[in-house]
Amino acid sequence: MSGKNMQVFTDPLNKDNPITKQILGICSALAVTVKMDTAVVMALSLTFVVTFSNIIISMIRNLIPPRVRIIVFLTIIASLVILADQILKAYLFNISKQLSVFVGLIITNCIVMGRAEAFASKNGVKASALDGLGNGFGYGIILIIVSAIRELLGSGTMMGLHIIPSSFYSSGYENMGLMLLAPGAFIVLGLLIWAQRTVIGYTED
Amino acid sequence: MYSNAYTYKFITILTGIAALLLSMAATGLRDRQEFNKKIEREKNVLISVGIYEQGLSSADVEKRYRENIHSEYVTEEGALTSDPQPLQIFVYGPEDSPKGYVIPVSGKGLWSTIHGFLALQPDLNTVAGITFYEHGETPGLGGEIEKDWFTSQFKGKKIYDQSGRLVSIHIAKGKALQPDDHTVDGISGATLTGNGVNKFLKSNLSDYENFFKSNR
Repeated sequence: MSGKNMQVFTDPLNKDNPITKQILGICSALAVTVKMDTAVVMALSLTFVVTFSNIIISMIRNLIPPRVRIIVFLTIIASLVILADQILKAYLFNISKQLSVFVGLIITNCIVMGRAEAFASKNGVKASALDGLGNGFGYGIILIIVSAIRELLGSGTMMGLHIIPSSFYSSGYENMGLMLLAPGAFIVLGLLIWAQRTVIGYTED
Repeated sequence: MYSNAYTYKFITILTGIAALLLSMAATGLRDRQEFNKKIEREKNVLISVGIYEQGLSSADVEKRYRENIHSEYVTEEGALTSDPQPLQIFVYGPEDSPKGYVIPVSGKGLWSTIHGFLALQPDLNTVAGITFYEHGETPGLGGEIEKDWFTSQFKGKKIYDQSGRLVSIHIAKGKALQPDDHTVDGISGATLTGNGVNKFLKSNLSDYENFFKSNR
């Protein structure tokens, strides 16, 4: 892999992360991070959609009439999202029930449309595939970190396994209900963005 | 460079391919999805009568359902029959001494049609449990109707008042101010979902009134 392609893949993981740097895809990042299993499935679904939409759009980028390009992107993205949703309903029914509308809402996730317009419609197939994977994983990492914190503090579990020993509970420890609610997600995500930006030294002008 | 004719042609071909792929996926996956839905319904009947445990596999759900529940229908006169009729009812326990009855309830919430099961004790008055298993209400607001904290309030409530009138169960707006046998706390921010549930519970229950009368 050449250095440039490598960068296309690694930038969105940290330096140019779609959630913490570009503040995209926040809605689903807040909604599906109560538990880790839903966050992992959501991250995989989004990675699937953004990677394949990038590949397909990049493959036909010279055939798409520019005037209707957005609706063409939308058709491709929506088809992939419906496909992912159908597969989840068939093979991971319980998780798909918990994710409810949020898989469907990947269609309107700015990350997917953003990568299609900003990258895949201007770059080759291989680079676009890497860009899609990078952005999917970049989104996924944040989802998993946020959900790990929320599940551990909110339910005392991780991936459904009990982490906090029961002796803690008998001596008065209580799960933090706030973490299960939307404000908990805002707080965790806000702190995460602050921490990450401090580490990479990025400031908004 | 791109003529209108080209644009139309491009869009037609693209949507054609997308439609073809999606309909293939939908047909190919339908059997599994239907199976999942069936298990989900059976699981919820079990939950409503209180014999479901967390983590049962689909095969276990099917087995337990077959052992405990049988599906019957209610005629207009209120008798039980196995001939398909519009009103379905699930009998829990042995036929000669049932341990409960489950009726399917459904109707409009705020955004969507809500489906659920209401289980009654053999006295056909006391609620044994309720579940809502399919809905498209707002997650976190109306979507809370499927959560335990909400559904567990129904347990032990009565659908008939002292004078023998069918009053159904009423979901209050916010907290129930005067807790009684027929009222449960509502969900803040989801009054309209609650109103919808109130309406269809009452109308669903009154459909079964003849059955209730002749079997109490």
